[in-house]
Amino acid sequence: MSDLFALLRHSLAGLRVLVAATLLCGLLYPLVVTGIAQAAFGWRADGSLVTETGERTNDPDEAVGSALIGQRNDDEGLFYPRPSAAGDGWDTLSTYGSNLGPEDPDLVKAIRERQREIAAREGVPVGQVPADAVTASASGIDPDISPAYAAIQVSRVARANGLSEDAVAALVAEHTDGRTFGFLGEPRVNVLELNIAVRAQRVE
Amino acid sequence: MSATLAAVLQILALVAALALSVPLLGRHLARVYTSPRHLRAESAAYRALKVDPEADQHWRAYAMSVLGFSLVGILFLFAFGRLQSLLPLDGGFDPLPSDGAWNTAVSFVTNTNWQWYSGEAATGHLIQMAGLAVQNFVSAAVGLSVAAAFARGLARTRNQGRIGNFWVDLVRTTLRVLLPVAFLIAIVLVAAGAVQNLHPVHEMTTLTGGSQALTGGPVASQEAIKELGTNGGGFYNVNSAHPFENPNPFTNLLEIWAILVLPFSMAWAFGLIVKDRRQGGAVLATMAVLLTVGVTLLTWAEMAGHGTAPQLAGAAMEGKETRFGEAATALFAAATTGTSTGAVNGMHESLTAPGGGVALFGMMLGEIAPGGVGSGLYGMLMLAVVTVFLCGLMVGRTPEYLGKKVSRHEMVLVAVYILTTPILVLVGAAIALTAPAGLAGLSTDGPHGLSEALYAVTSAANNNGSAFAGITSGTPFWNTLLGLLMLLGRFVPMVVVLALAGRFASANRLPDNAGTLPTHRPLFVGLLTGVALVVVGLTFVPALMLGPIVESLS
Repeated sequence: MSDLFALLRHSLAGLRVLVAATLLCGLLYPLVVTGIAQAAFGWRADGSLVTETGERTNDPDEAVGSALIGQRNDDEGLFYPRPSAAGDGWDTLSTYGSNLGPEDPDLVKAIRERQREIAAREGVPVGQVPADAVTASASGIDPDISPAYAAIQVSRVARANGLSEDAVAALVAEHTDGRTFGFLGEPRVNVLELNIAVRAQRVE
Repeated sequence: MSATLAAVLQILALVAALALSVPLLGRHLARVYTSPRHLRAESAAYRALKVDPEADQHWRAYAMSVLGFSLVGILFLFAFGRLQSLLPLDGGFDPLPSDGAWNTAVSFVTNTNWQWYSGEAATGHLIQMAGLAVQNFVSAAVGLSVAAAFARGLARTRNQGRIGNFWVDLVRTTLRVLLPVAFLIAIVLVAAGAVQNLHPVHEMTTLTGGSQALTGGPVASQEAIKELGTNGGGFYNVNSAHPFENPNPFTNLLEIWAILVLPFSMAWAFGLIVKDRRQGGAVLATMAVLLTVGVTLLTWAEMAGHGTAPQLAGAAMEGKETRFGEAATALFAAATTGTSTGAVNGMHESLTAPGGGVALFGMMLGEIAPGGVGSGLYGMLMLAVVTVFLCGLMVGRTPEYLGKKVSRHEMVLVAVYILTTPILVLVGAAIALTAPAGLAGLSTDGPHGLSEALYAVTSAANNNGSAFAGITSGTPFWNTLLGLLMLLGRFVPMVVVLALAGRFASANRLPDNAGTLPTHRPLFVGLLTGVALVVVGLTFVPALMLGPIVESLS
């Protein structure tokens, strides 16, 4: 009994401390960070939104997406992102990876199908389709593709938009990031920014 | 630059950042846990909260405070989850179901942060900030406080079981360590691209005329403490793989550093608290050796990309983000399972079989490489006591650690500590794999299905929180089972640690003599590493054989 009473006494002290912690760490801290973030890095803090012409914006009604978030591509003349397992694809309300294991027969089948499909679409041998093109990303909204996946899409995109392959390849190069500081992460191409640039040069 | 060289440089950059920061933060932590002086703000807080900061608590009182505070935390968060739709900034989401609210309350209070729900589809901004993230701070502070109390217990002599004041430890850890460091990390994260706002969900029209929801929120502030406090609960379902939480390779390295810095610094602080820096160095070295092995194996496994699907695709990129690739995902995975964090920047279920096995083994070791904030240090010190005991048996002497005799009483406590998590994991796995409701949650069968279940119970009992996320755990069965495992896996060991701290604080310090086993030499680091691998690791070999090992060989 005395132990229970002691626990109650300690719990009451705990409740007072918890309320104080909630005010300090749960409200003051995030709100101060929000204030500073909005004042100093407003565009980033609001989600790195870009307009149809590639301008930065804070207004989601003007934006065509976030430079950080991959989206579905419904235009056969543009670059395709990686496969997505988020909801029905690129669903930011249901971000998800496939969570299929390395020996999963469904995954093996999916990879085979994607390889065939992409090879046919881009007119390249199956062996040239890179790994990121046939595997679902972790988030389902990966904004990037590998330079190798961009490279095999150049010829199709050039044809579809009345551009030379060199011009499209130059756009790809312009939107390729190397490893950060030369050694962190992997080289990558931002698909949304690249597609915006392609549309800007499109010959109608 | 070749991918291998880049991977090595990435690891070296992390080592350099840790080498620069750990001594500084370690010294700061030691001061926080030993200084008799209070800041003016702290004194005011103690008065307002009606706690006596000068009371030197007996270990029982200290444990009562820990349990009382955590009990209130669970009740508060449970109520928050159940009532979220009545509060502002709820995002229009329903209340959490009762089994889910229980699971989440326990999960965040125990520093586990297992998530059965999907952040963007279940939790509004208010509960994320004022419910979940508050526990990110205080559950981390509780872990650090208990570790500090244990270190003080070892440092004291004939002190009648008194090991310090929990409320002072808690308040100081939060105010002097977690808040300032988390604040700095949060600002850097936003500057690098993480989002931080209070906007509701907004539908956008995409470039090709589709629609996509913009899901903002107070993300960076939560991300910072989530990694620093080795919590791991993501704002979004895919955690640190989400570009709004972890936008680029630089933030990725920053987050890995944040995961590792406090556990390593605590080992440094330990040496200062017991007034023998070499002892802290030995503990830190053991942690570093184990982590290095884990990082090396995981990086090798992912970059080699063995297995049917990775071989067919050409690389193990399923469940990985392009910007991170294999190496940065492997490094994150080793850090998150070597600690009690459980944040992920890639899907662990899609790791190669040996890679997933290393992640699982890191948790099974009890997360001591370098472990959770606080829990990593006391977990390693428990193994240090086992090591001196085993060596004592070999030469037929009464063992001692830092001049404290280790007799039957102490060993009983250590044995309870060492056995608690394996029992929870193996019994939990047995229940999950025999109950129809347990099997119903698994996404696949065979060895990979077994790994999925084993990973879930291991993650819960060790307070990690990462998952083979194909599992459907938002059911009453899994929520209840994992909630119980998290609760027992956190507080049974913690009470044992405090009891042992009390015994050490009461004891005399024996002077070193010719028969004393030095606990600061490389020999001891080797012995301790061996004990960690043998005593703890072997417990799980049969289970690992049936899961990841069979899968690797198939």
